[in-house]
Amino acid sequence: MFKNYKTWLIIMLSLVSLIVITVLGFQADLIVLDPKGPVGEIQKDLIMYSIYFMLAILVVVYVLFTYMVIKYRDHKNVDSKNYKPDMHGSVKLEIIWTAIPVIIVIALAIPNAKALYDLKQPPASTAGKEPIVIHATAADWKWIFSYPEENIETVNYVNVPEDHPILFKITAADSMASFWVPQIGGQIYGMPGMVNELYLQVDEPGEYKGRNSNFTGEGMTHQQFNMVALDEDSYQSWVKETQENAPKLDETTYEKLMLPDNVGEMTFSSTHLDFVDHGIDATYAMHIREKYGVEIKGVKITTEEYKQVSNNGSHSNH
Amino acid sequence: MVEFIKDNLILNDPMIVGANISILLTVIVLVFVLTYFKKWKWLWTEWITTVDHKRIGIMYIISALLMLFRGGVDALLMRAQLTVPNASFLSSQHYNEIFTTHGTIMILFMAMPFLLGLMNVVVPLQIGARDVAFPYLNNLSFWSFFFGAILFNISFVFGGSPDAGWTNYAPLAIEGSPGPGINYYLLGLQVSGIGTLLTGINFIVTIIKMRAPGMTLLRMPMFSWTTLITSFIIVFAFPILTVTLAMMTFDRLFGTHFFTLTAGGNPMLWANFFWLWGHPEVYIVVLPAFGIFSEVIATFSRKTLFGHKSMIISLVVISGLSFLVWVHHFYTMGGSANVNNIFSITTMAIAIPTGIKIFNWLGTLYKARIQFTAAMMWALAFIPTFVIGGVTGVMLGMAAADFQYHNTYFLIAHFHYTLIAGVVFACFAGFVYWYPKMFGHKMNEPIGKWAFWFFTIGFNVCFLPQFLLGFAGMPRRVYTYLPEDGWTALNVVSTIGAVGMGIGFVIIVYNVYYSLRHSKMETTGDSWNGRTLEWATATAVPPHYNFPVTPVVKDVDAFWQMKQEGTANKKDIEYEPIHMPNNTGTPFVMSIFFFIAGFGLVFEIWWMAILGIAGSFGCMIFRSLRSHVYDKGYYVSVEEIKRLEQPFHKEA
Amino acid sequence: MENTNKLNTNVPLEYQTETGKLNILGFWIFLGAEVALFSTLYAAYFALKDGVMEGPLPIDVFDFNYTIIMTIVLLTSSFTSGLAIHEMRRNNIKAMVVWLVITLLFGAGFLYMEIAEFIHLVHSGATLGTNALWSSFYLLTGTHGVHVAIGIVWITLIIFQALKRGLTPDTAKKVFVSSLYWHFLDFVWIFVFTGVYLLGMVK
Repeated sequence: MFKNYKTWLIIMLSLVSLIVITVLGFQADLIVLDPKGPVGEIQKDLIMYSIYFMLAILVVVYVLFTYMVIKYRDHKNVDSKNYKPDMHGSVKLEIIWTAIPVIIVIALAIPNAKALYDLKQPPASTAGKEPIVIHATAADWKWIFSYPEENIETVNYVNVPEDHPILFKITAADSMASFWVPQIGGQIYGMPGMVNELYLQVDEPGEYKGRNSNFTGEGMTHQQFNMVALDEDSYQSWVKETQENAPKLDETTYEKLMLPDNVGEMTFSSTHLDFVDHGIDATYAMHIREKYGVEIKGVKITTEEYKQVSNNGSHSNH
Repeated sequence: MVEFIKDNLILNDPMIVGANISILLTVIVLVFVLTYFKKWKWLWTEWITTVDHKRIGIMYIISALLMLFRGGVDALLMRAQLTVPNASFLSSQHYNEIFTTHGTIMILFMAMPFLLGLMNVVVPLQIGARDVAFPYLNNLSFWSFFFGAILFNISFVFGGSPDAGWTNYAPLAIEGSPGPGINYYLLGLQVSGIGTLLTGINFIVTIIKMRAPGMTLLRMPMFSWTTLITSFIIVFAFPILTVTLAMMTFDRLFGTHFFTLTAGGNPMLWANFFWLWGHPEVYIVVLPAFGIFSEVIATFSRKTLFGHKSMIISLVVISGLSFLVWVHHFYTMGGSANVNNIFSITTMAIAIPTGIKIFNWLGTLYKARIQFTAAMMWALAFIPTFVIGGVTGVMLGMAAADFQYHNTYFLIAHFHYTLIAGVVFACFAGFVYWYPKMFGHKMNEPIGKWAFWFFTIGFNVCFLPQFLLGFAGMPRRVYTYLPEDGWTALNVVSTIGAVGMGIGFVIIVYNVYYSLRHSKMETTGDSWNGRTLEWATATAVPPHYNFPVTPVVKDVDAFWQMKQEGTANKKDIEYEPIHMPNNTGTPFVMSIFFFIAGFGLVFEIWWMAILGIAGSFGCMIFRSLRSHVYDKGYYVSVEEIKRLEQPFHKEA
Repeated sequence: MENTNKLNTNVPLEYQTETGKLNILGFWIFLGAEVALFSTLYAAYFALKDGVMEGPLPIDVFDFNYTIIMTIVLLTSSFTSGLAIHEMRRNNIKAMVVWLVITLLFGAGFLYMEIAEFIHLVHSGATLGTNALWSSFYLLTGTHGVHVAIGIVWITLIIFQALKRGLTPDTAKKVFVSSLYWHFLDFVWIFVFTGVYLLGMVK
């Protein structure tokens, strides 16, 4: 069938062209490579920097590979000069192809380390501005945003001013979720009982899709939110308007949010931080679910204890 | 009892009911065929109780192919669901179960047994041994793997499949998943893990103690080397999995608090322990694959392997580093910049020894006479495709950039490029290459090449677009997406590729059937003009004792060197009776008890769990009391050896 | 496999057959796996021990003298197990069996003390499900205890085989391997004792 190496080569070539077509054809959608904020920018630069190295490696390997496969294929008149069956190796060559990768790894490790430390700091471009603190809490399967300073809470969308550093304090009520706004900057996990910090900043007004990218069960696919960047004035008027018009967040409403489900966007003029801090209390959502009769594995014993504790509490009140 | 079955048998999903019926029909047909042709006794004495490493290897490979079918169907179902946005072919829950079983099955019940099968068939032959060091344990290894796999696989028709991903992260797998599915995952892996650990011990001892005279470690063929290193990784990594699975089983069944949200449990500990096993596990499957490529490339280049020593050194370095990189699976967990930086460096460092291996393979091709057999084509295709997996691995290893790749299709594409181009290509290459050693005839070459082209082109078409989907922001494990996400075109391309891979697999299976009917039987033991000792047997399929007289080794390519010197296939050999171990039925029974215990624990039926555990201990006691009888074995007489070595004498 | 019955009489009995040599090496590697297993349990204990929310603390419920006695009992059993091997090398089967029985008695004593301690702990409110600290405590010490129990049953079986069939390369190998196992349990316990009990009582 493919005895002839030419057939083989043709198919190889078609494969390569397929790659090229795929790359060219779909360039436009690659939002990770089209960031709209300094964090995403750092990451994009690092990605592109590494891609150039990787392409160089690929080219070297592919050229050598193609050369070997064509030049040293078996055919009738193989010249003894071109066939050395007992060649065991070459120390010189092996040192070369150990040293070069070492250099490449160093060349990649340095900017990576720099980026890692930079990402832990507020963006340098707006160093003078005090970051706005927003708590982002994942609960199966929605995102809850609390603005402690402004005393605002939103669900499944977050409004931010443009050109202003935001410090997201990310946690979760139940499953381990990952906070990700691809066009603004890379992700970090929210975990119950823990807080992870992530600085982000948006440079252009607009709506950016964000989501939970970590698998947390049935509704995870729809656990998305909009990050809306407004200019400074619109942001301030949104804050004022919300504080005046939005309803307060009461405990019953919040308890409903702890049940596993997808919900629409919501806005409140007070935050859940008044009655629970998921960054400290990992069990809150579990107890709420127990209360509403959602089946949970692994909390059998504690539930009884919890009841006991709460019973004892009520006794001592009497 | 009837209530229990009624509650757990899944009858509300037409696809699963269909699977139920087809499984039932297959079982009925199998039982009928075995009874009609009076093959039950044959099955028991020749296969189930066998201690012959070659037959155990074949059983591993058959199981792996079945699992490849199951995992492949899962993959195609996922691709079908993702081809167009807002598809309702699968529900979210069903999709979640399918990607969970796909991942678990492909890694643990397909890749591992396929490679363990090839190791079993080849390694004792390659080092000139009669069998593995512990033939009894080898049988137990297979059956505990097999029953572990069955336990895992019945979940989808009885009780519901696990649905928390193959990584099974807490708290989702504890608080978030009340059904028996996760229990199936925990116990299926636990039972099959026993087998894997025993195999690891078995091969270490076999390779250290039972090499033919003259085969120093530096003269040992590369596949045996990778098996040795892999076995060491198994011995140190699998106990971590055992403990971790046990901890979650306790959390779910006995109310402990290891990974729970309540009472001080720590879900992050699961992620750490899982990947402390999980990353070495990747190398457990990929190192033997490297070994297979080394053998195939050397054979069909008609040339000795380039840089044998540096190949060995890089193997050892990779195995050491494999235990030091687990954090790169969760840079996003909020580790400090220092921690992420250190693990970025260790991760990228793995690229160095791996790069050495790639260049050594290229060096082997240099000044060679490359023959494009089907096995060689799989091995050649490995180099350019695996390099894509390798370089994207380095990209993922850079923590600061990983924040954008994490949990996306970029990652999916990366690890499929390493695991399919690395492991699956190797399984197929090894399968075709050693096929005559197992069955006495070659696989049909043209059909094999058709399968190759469908599979490799399909593979690239399927997974290359997924790198771009990652950059386009598509997360893994989502069951659908919206038209405005802009991922449709790439997903359509990807599905087309997946279909191509499916066709490739069907052609491979058809080739097994076709070759059985039409291939000529091999007349010698040396089907490919091989270089290593497995080709030095007189017959294509070696007799159960492998070598009538233990070969003496003088070089890396032992058999090649014998052929050069003309000392291969000597006539007038003085045979001596050969001592061989007896067959055994205890491991099979013991594994059934493992299965019973596992099943009892899955559904928290305590009497059944206790029965199973007691039964397994009973089998161990039985074995301990009878080992002196069993270990006596038996002798193969000189007449018998002469009869079995006949084809060689005729030729001579 | 080959020449299983060919004896090399220049080495101790348990190494004389090929099977014996393979089994002993295999067992050493198995112990390597056991080291990995106990290290994981140990790491889990240290990762979780500060996750105490309610329930008693180790310092409240551990009894220093009691655990010291447990440790001495187990260490002694390891010593007597060594004496049994010594007697086996001298081909003195009776003395070997006597020492093995003494080993088992000490082992059983240790197990009894451990179970009694667990009962005491449960009564003090430290159960398997109390919190992460106690879950990981029971898993670590319990796994060790189960190993001791299995060892007792196993060595008992071996004593019967030795008495019935005398000291052959096969029985000698079993005695030797089981004593390796027993020493290993002792080795693990030393870590448990220092890491869990002593450190638990420091704070």
